[in-house]
Amino acid sequence: MLWVILTTKMIRTRIAFRGDKYCFYAFLAILWCHCIRPEPLFAQTDSLKKANELKEVKIRAIKLSRRQTSSTPLQILSGADLEKLNSLSVADAVRFFSGVQLKDYGGIGGLKTINVRSMGTNHTAVFYDGVPITNAQNGQVDLGKFSLDNIEEIELYSGQKSEIFQSARGFASASSIYLNTLQPKFEKGEEDHFKLALKTGSFGLLNPSLLWQHKLNDRVSASLSTEYTQSNGRYKFRYTNGVYDTTAVRNNGDVERMRVEAGLNGVLPDSSTWNAKVYFYKDQMGLPGPIIGNRFDYDQRSWSKNLFVQSSYEKKITDAYRLKALAKYSNDYTRYLDPDFVNLDGLLNNRFHQHELYLSVANQYKINSWWTAVLSGDYQLNTLDANLDHFPYPTRNTFLLALATQLHFDRLDIQANLLGTFVNDKVKYYTAAGNKQEFTPTLMLSWQPFEQKEFRIRSFFKSIFRMPTFNDLYYTLIGRTSLKPEYTKQYDLGFTYAKLFDNTLLRSFSLQTDAYFNRVKDKIIAVPGNNGFRWSMKNLNLVDIKGIDVNMQSGWSIAQELQLNMGLTYTYQQAQDVTPGTAYYKNQIPYIPLHSGSLMGGAQWRNYSFNYSYIYTSERYNQAANIPVNYVKPWYTHDIAFHYNTLIGKNKVRLTAEVNNLFNQYYDVVENFPMPGRSYRFTLSYQL
Amino acid sequence: MKYMKFLKYGTIIILIVTFASCRKDPQPIPEEITNTLFPAEPNAAVKGMYVVNEGNMNMNKASLDYVDFTQGLYRKNIYNQVNPEVTKGLGDVANDIGVYGAKLYVVVNISNKIEVMDVKTAKRIKMIDLVNCRYVTFHGNKAYVSAYLGKVGDPKAPQGIVAEIDTATLQITRKIEVGRQPEEMAVVGNKLYVANSGGYSPPNYERTVSVIDMDSFTEIKRIDVAINLHRLKADQYGDLYVTSRGDYYDIPSKLFVIDTKTDLVKKTFNVAASNLAIDGDKAYVYSTEYSYITGENTISYSMINVKDETIIPGSFISDGTDKKIKIPYGIAVHPVTKDVFVSDATDYVTPGRLYCFGADGRQKWSVETGDIPASFAFVYKTN
Repeated sequence: MLWVILTTKMIRTRIAFRGDKYCFYAFLAILWCHCIRPEPLFAQTDSLKKANELKEVKIRAIKLSRRQTSSTPLQILSGADLEKLNSLSVADAVRFFSGVQLKDYGGIGGLKTINVRSMGTNHTAVFYDGVPITNAQNGQVDLGKFSLDNIEEIELYSGQKSEIFQSARGFASASSIYLNTLQPKFEKGEEDHFKLALKTGSFGLLNPSLLWQHKLNDRVSASLSTEYTQSNGRYKFRYTNGVYDTTAVRNNGDVERMRVEAGLNGVLPDSSTWNAKVYFYKDQMGLPGPIIGNRFDYDQRSWSKNLFVQSSYEKKITDAYRLKALAKYSNDYTRYLDPDFVNLDGLLNNRFHQHELYLSVANQYKINSWWTAVLSGDYQLNTLDANLDHFPYPTRNTFLLALATQLHFDRLDIQANLLGTFVNDKVKYYTAAGNKQEFTPTLMLSWQPFEQKEFRIRSFFKSIFRMPTFNDLYYTLIGRTSLKPEYTKQYDLGFTYAKLFDNTLLRSFSLQTDAYFNRVKDKIIAVPGNNGFRWSMKNLNLVDIKGIDVNMQSGWSIAQELQLNMGLTYTYQQAQDVTPGTAYYKNQIPYIPLHSGSLMGGAQWRNYSFNYSYIYTSERYNQAANIPVNYVKPWYTHDIAFHYNTLIGKNKVRLTAEVNNLFNQYYDVVENFPMPGRSYRFTLSYQL
Repeated sequence: MKYMKFLKYGTIIILIVTFASCRKDPQPIPEEITNTLFPAEPNAAVKGMYVVNEGNMNMNKASLDYVDFTQGLYRKNIYNQVNPEVTKGLGDVANDIGVYGAKLYVVVNISNKIEVMDVKTAKRIKMIDLVNCRYVTFHGNKAYVSAYLGKVGDPKAPQGIVAEIDTATLQITRKIEVGRQPEEMAVVGNKLYVANSGGYSPPNYERTVSVIDMDSFTEIKRIDVAINLHRLKADQYGDLYVTSRGDYYDIPSKLFVIDTKTDLVKKTFNVAASNLAIDGDKAYVYSTEYSYITGENTISYSMINVKDETIIPGSFISDGTDKKIKIPYGIAVHPVTKDVFVSDATDYVTPGRLYCFGADGRQKWSVETGDIPASFAFVYKTN
């Protein structure tokens, strides 16, 4: 039965596809053809251009094949695509993935976290060059703090990375984002690469950055990346109920950030590879509060510092046995100042200090030509200090042990793993959460049902959980040590279709569609203590999520020098609270739209390119009850960008002008935290 | 032929994008009326009762409901419809409500304002700015409002204040510094009593009631009671009932009685008390006591005879409805019928519920309210 459905679906897809080819063409033509009136000033040399084109085609092909063969849904934004997007930070870019809701408090400084397939922010792991970035305090990574400046590629996996040779941590989250930084690659005779960029625009943005890659010798190269960001965070916002109509300027949104990152990449004589990195980040910013009756202005501030060093090593010991090791030490400091809260010690001035140590070893053994097994073990140590009353000073030891196997045949790939998690919490004072032990399985498969490689079916099941964070457990005002982990179960079935064409208008086409069911059990939520200022955390909710993700990408070659590309994502998510006994049974959970999607299109003609993107989020509710007072309007933004590339001597120069939220729509992603209206950004980058 | 196809599909996509992108025209959220809860009493001496809902912090969901005894209906969320021109409505965390003369006062804590309305229509008369304001009480054509801090941003000024507002001009006339984070107040004789909590500096809570002489408007005394004081209600015998929240760890919540003749604590009830309402000789007390040690709330209901200062056995809820109430959050007693109103904040982020119990402790009716129904104010025929 399943077979029949899938076959028909495929046939229908193919038929539909023939018609769509023209409709997309028409759509693109209508939108963009009249917008481009270019006049080249400098022409690239033919050979260089051709080389670049070839490189681009190759990257596209590799990406296509990775996306297609992944047995978990994989979405990638990389290189040229990333450059074209109207995005300042990783957070801006991930909005273009399907199945994703970005929780955005607005402005450059506002907290931006990702929620994949409605399971909650804490279920997405973030990896920076393959090493996890964690925050034991609140379990959330602010993606707004990662600029795209030195990012080569962003990968989002629902489930987990479709590769068994990875750290145990790689198996340990319901979804994962991999941020891969630019790696030095030198052509023959090259010793240095420099890239200087300057961004400026609305909100008083000033963002200079420098990237320097240097070849030390044939085996070792070094890179240095640094940037500084400053913004006054001021932008107009507007609220109206049809009778009152108030426009004001966002205050206290100023932000100042600095990042320095230095790394070494090397190959040893035995052809094992290694790298080491030092990362330092510092910021200070105002914390703009909610826009509420009679109060628009705030004066709370925060400061943070983050330093980490990480290293990885990979060696092929025999033809069958490979080893990979990772190590990281991280030190985080945050200070929060609230002048509205005066106590006996003066202004409320909270300081939080976190340490983390992370070690990982993965062993891969190839049993025969089609069977591989992996054993990975990770150890992680986290501590948190805070100057809070009744603070317990927790320390957490986490051991992860993953046993994974892969059966790889011509047309079928099966991966399975079992992850053991062993957590031990200790505290200096009061009660610790104690020991926890969990075993969770994952099963994934990718299957090519026909001779043709273009069409594949994939499916995965994954059971995983997230540990309660230090804040959930120990934060003086809300913590509760008896919390259980929050469990998720994911079932996914989907297909991918990808094809490259020669000598046709349509050069590449890919489509991936997945239907899924997720269940979040023992969801950790804040519930009241004895008054509104004292909350406690409880395992309460049961959430069922039924969703469909669609991601379509296409590339077109209209004429010799005119290339078009177009991408479309669509997400349907029914995420309902099914907690027994709840008064709002089967209501959509807060901030999850039923429909959301994005549309991206780009045109490239000679040295010019133009990009358009559209993001849509349907109506949502800001609290559990789906009633009129909790209604949040849909929002949709149109962004455009113009790029101009040229050569000055041998150096590449790129000029970009962006208009974001072109039609100046005022909207909130998080209720009472207004987003900017129309804004502008200009980039000048110089590569030598 | 092919050209027609592009146009067709192109148009369809554009139409889909445009239609999917509709936003409703903004409009004030109208009130909702619940009928037939209880019989109408057109000539009732107590015409109605305002219910103010705090709304969860940062959500800007403070709202005003009204129980209309003369018409027998419940009007939910009336402020927006009456005052659509007020930007962002009633505001964030409406902490207290009071009726005095022909005016209705709502103290909106996070919005730093006191909203003054016409008691008959709930139409705004004036808004008075007061940072971090908490509770209101009235005496001699003046309103007295407590505020957690006198000055914001001054590290050397942790003290709270009480502001005096002329109810005719609606101007702040005087301010007086009291203890840290003052909460409820009451006037007995010629003295204003203020419960100080010190809630911003745990474990160094305040433990006093400030006594203010109304003529000189100066603090004449601090009465030592217990840590983290909150509620303060006067009975008809010149006594004050003061609640202590405890420290949520080892020191439990308790109820104290102050004799205003001696300005000393004369009795301690080892009864946990979050809030109470005194009507005649009876005090109705409930408690939602949170403990960091167990991580649980302990809920209890009790009654006290304020004449003899003794505990009355039993509860004012006798039919088991107390099991349905998740977080009792407000209490009031109808001055004529002696019905007891108890509100349930449920989980703080969904609509709450108002329960009406007869003098026999049986539920008469209940109705859905705004988020976190907290305080009540009766409206008389004479208002």
